Parts: sequence; structure tokens; C-alpha cells
Amino acid sequence: MNEVVGYALAVGALLVGAWAVVLMVRDRQVDNGFFYATAALELVLVGAFVAGCVALAGTSRDVDGVLFVSYFLAAVLAVPVALVWAIAEKSRWGTGVLVVAMLTVAVLMVRVVDIWTGSYV
Amino acid sequence: MSEPRGATTPHDTSHGFGRMLVAVYAVFALAATARSAFQLATDFGAAPVAYLLSAVAGVVYVLATVALARSNRRLAVVTIGFELVGVLTVGVLSLADAELFPDDSVWSGFGAGYGYVPLLLPLVGLWWLRRTARR
Repeated sequence: MNEVVGYALAVGALLVGAWAVVLMVRDRQVDNGFFYATAALELVLVGAFVAGCVALAGTSRDVDGVLFVSYFLAAVLAVPVALVWAIAEKSRWGTGVLVVAMLTVAVLMVRVVDIWTGSYV
Repeated sequence: MSEPRGATTPHDTSHGFGRMLVAVYAVFALAATARSAFQLATDFGAAPVAYLLSAVAGVVYVLATVALARSNRRLAVVTIGFELVGVLTVGVLSLADAELFPDDSVWSGFGAGYGYVPLLLPLVGLWWLRRTARR
């Protein structure tokens, strides 16, 4: 598990989240461009999750596997769940749901890196 | 906080701003229940009071999330009210008697570990219930 990838995903989630804030303030719904950005983030998240699990199985260090996988999986699942919940709401608040989700993903990814490096107990 | 008399269908709490509120509640429901489940399973003896409290908080958040999402106003008022009392009580207790909470719970220090969102959330929740009741 590469820490740079973990932090890059956190930054990516914050960027998508910032985009969502702009859309929300302008009272816009999620548009195609935003949807593609979210989908791209999710693809990288899934890829990183798989790579992370492989790295977890291969590491000789003492990493808390349950915490690592559950935090990572929560980040992976947060995006599609939020999209489903957001899309049914045709107002700025639907976009707001994605702001919440992206902040959550960013926090979770920082935690995932912390758990991997052992700096979070 | 009571429903208007004669209203058969409760006012919707899961649309508009409520949509986003439910999302925030869902995050805390997951965070609190998962955290307490892990703590109770792995290290119950270390801080039983804090861990049991986390579990109670988790259940309250889950119920509040479901209540808001399904526009169950009564359950929402009860759980969010409990949440407000809980975060204030635990906040004061954790500052007054740190021995009682050797490990943090969601509500310790008025939710300082979670950016004080646990303190704001019940206030926003109750405000939202009032607002949707008036509509």
C-alpha cells in the first residue's frame, strides 16, 4: 500500500468535494462532468482497495487488518451509496450529499494511511 | 414539536436540506457503531464506560438516521433529543471526571474529536424538525 496513493485519493476526494460545494452554492444539480469525475475517483478507489488488500496480505509488518480493510471498504462504498441517495433529490441538497460523502472519503483515506503506517491506534 | 392536528401523513423530513442532513447522520451512525463494535470486541476492559456509551450513541445515530430518512417525526424527536442530552451530559462529565472516560467516545469533550459536529448535529436536527413541522 503506497502512502502517496492514499493521500492522493484523499486530495482527489477533496477536489471533487470542492467542485460539489461550487455546484451546491450555485444551486445546481450534479451534471455529467461531475458524475464522470466521481466515477473516475471511484475507479481509482476500487483499484487502490484491491492493491491495498494484496499489500496487506504480503506485508510482514504488524498492520491491523480488520481496521485497514473496514476503513478502506467504507471509503469505497461511500461514493456509490451517496450517489444513489443524492440523485433522487433534485435540488442543491442532493449535491450537498456528495459534499458530505467526499469529505468522509478524504477523512477515511487519511485514516487508512495512518492505519497502514501504524500511526493511528 | 408536535404534528399539526389532523395531519395523517407526517411532513417529509428526508427531502430538501433533510437529504443532506440524513447523509451526515448516516456517516455518524456508521462511525459510532463501527467504532464501538470494534472497541467492544477487542478491548472492552480498557474503558467499559466510554465503549458502552459509544455503542449507545451508535444505536441512537442509526435510529435518528432511519427516522429522518423515513419521516418518522416521533422517533426523530426522541432520538435527536436523546442525542442532545447525551452529548451535553457526556461532554460535561468527560471534562469534569477524565477518569470515567480513559478512552474517547463520540460524545467526549462535546464531540471535539469529531470537529464538534456531534454537538451541532442534534441542534440542526431539532431545528429541521421544527421547520418541516411549520411548513
